[in-house]
Amino acid sequence: MTTRTALPVAVPVAVMAVAVLALWYAGAIWLNAPTAADALNRAGQGWTTADLIRATLAMKRPILPTPDQVALDLYNSLTGYPVTSIRNLLYHTGVTAGAALAGFAMGVVLGVALAAGIVQARTLESSLMPWVIASQTVPILAIAPMIVVILGNLGFTGLLPKAIIAMYLCFFPITIGMVKGLRSADPLTLDLMRTYSAGTAQTFRLLRLPASLPYLFTSLKIAVAASVVGAIVAELPTGGQAGLGARLLSGSYYGQTVQIWSALVMAALLGVTLVAAVGLAERALVPGGRGGAR
Amino acid sequence: MNRSTMAPPTMAPWPLVMLAAPLLPFAAQDGAALFLPQLPLAPALFALSVAAILARRLPGSALGEALLLLAGVIAAYAAPLILLNQGYALAQAGGLWLYLAGGTLLLWRVLALLAGFTGPVRLAGPALFGLALVLLWEILTRGFQVPSILLPPPSAVLTAFAANAADLWDDFRQTVLVSVLRGYLMGCGAGFLVAILADRLPFLARGLLPLGNLASAVPVVGIAPIMVMWFGFDWQSKAAVIVVMTFFPMLINSLAGLQSAERIQLDLMRSYAAGHWRTLAMLRLPCALPFLFNGLKINSTLALIGAIVAEFFGTPVVGMGFRISTQVARMNLDVVWATIAVAALTGSLLYGALALAERHVTAWHPSFRKR
Repeated sequence: MTTRTALPVAVPVAVMAVAVLALWYAGAIWLNAPTAADALNRAGQGWTTADLIRATLAMKRPILPTPDQVALDLYNSLTGYPVTSIRNLLYHTGVTAGAALAGFAMGVVLGVALAAGIVQARTLESSLMPWVIASQTVPILAIAPMIVVILGNLGFTGLLPKAIIAMYLCFFPITIGMVKGLRSADPLTLDLMRTYSAGTAQTFRLLRLPASLPYLFTSLKIAVAASVVGAIVAELPTGGQAGLGARLLSGSYYGQTVQIWSALVMAALLGVTLVAAVGLAERALVPGGRGGAR
Repeated sequence: MNRSTMAPPTMAPWPLVMLAAPLLPFAAQDGAALFLPQLPLAPALFALSVAAILARRLPGSALGEALLLLAGVIAAYAAPLILLNQGYALAQAGGLWLYLAGGTLLLWRVLALLAGFTGPVRLAGPALFGLALVLLWEILTRGFQVPSILLPPPSAVLTAFAANAADLWDDFRQTVLVSVLRGYLMGCGAGFLVAILADRLPFLARGLLPLGNLASAVPVVGIAPIMVMWFGFDWQSKAAVIVVMTFFPMLINSLAGLQSAERIQLDLMRSYAAGHWRTLAMLRLPCALPFLFNGLKINSTLALIGAIVAEFFGTPVVGMGFRISTQVARMNLDVVWATIAVAALTGSLLYGALALAERHVTAWHPSFRKR
């Protein structure tokens, strides 16, 4: 993006954010109006448009809760109970984050190992790569309930099944990014390594790995967001008692819309926080800061 | 890779582990261990594999060698299947598993030979790899009598597929032909149109891009229950989830694509006095095609996932997500796997069709050049 005007980036973003909030309130009034009108009619007194709007913005079980209702629910949940309580959203966020990060770690190991194999062995490249791609067309979320059932039968419950699903979503972007990254070493430098009679392992460690870092971190940002999605979806079919996915499901069963939206906001915050953490690690580890590798 | 390709690389001796197979039990019947000579057919297959390894240099070409070794591999994979069908137990048969391991290492060698080819022969590699995976799955699950609740063998999945073909077709029609297609077209179309608009109004683009980056970090799938609440159980709610999931990837990719025309080309258009829309149609949209296809490919898998997850939250009693959740509860895992196979096949075909279309439409792009 070339900025032709002297406007700081914050201005259009702020305008957009305000527009989104305004849309949200308008949507809340529009979607909640029928139910609110019914309630006012039942109350028996005549009502004006102002009454209706006030009613739509303060419903017990709105179709679409307003931002301030969600914020209040979040505030109550986060401050009204101890962190270990099942009513505190931070506890659920912690459960989801644990599964997501465990899966992310496993996915990084698997993805980097696969990429190293693919780059070093031609046999692997031609026979494995198509299957790595095909593996992603299996809607893993469809397998999520099954993995949970299978591992539950084997006596594994809790974090591991969720982490495996998160790993499955994670390893693919890392594999693809690392294959590109490990091949991104400059041919001249590769020749130099040959001149120094460096072995395959040395070339890999001293040249290919450092060269791949910008690509790795680009993939890591995608992967860590995917791992949160994986963990949340894995919590849906487990009938899990804890975790943001479980909150979404129970909210949807009992019609607690405000609870659903609070869980969603927390999930969004978790995703953004983890991506930002990867970004910070990138600035610390990659020379030249933010690699623009795509 | 500066390895000289003059002489074929020598073969690692690992496949020869199978020579130890006759020393160990090869199968069992009624609790008694049987050795290789006591079995029908197995000695002949074993001899074929060993002969293939020893005679591999005779054909004199890499393709001939690959085919000869492949015969040995086929024999090694056929032996356990034949024994299983004759009712032998294989769980204790160390010799047979050694033979199979040798056969798998031999397959590795075949794949290495095929990787050196160009053209249609190269495609045989991944196909053989996949086939071997399926056969191994079949042999291992039946050989070690894995309970079918954990992992049914592929043959059981095929049987379930045939028995439930009508149901699976209804699910496919509901989920893919109705929900996914409509949602995908709406979501990608909306993302593309907003990108065109944002490209005309830079202010809009600079406000939307951070939102798009935010959306990529947010588990959008979580809106599924809300959409089911708003739009009911039928396809509208699935399409709505898909629209929200696919909108931002398409928007970001389209915007990046529209920025990708080179300065010098833009200058040329300007010197021809082409206006904004003319430049868009003749230069910037063609330049954006690789990016557009990238967005479409990413979204094809996202759309399937979105539809299936939304079906967990409520469906008319048909659809892939519905089928999976109900059959898991009833422990009919073979039906579940058949549904997953349909989903995987659908996803692969969608992706493949998009990749083919991309190859035809953007053949000029450097990434399709022969190296």
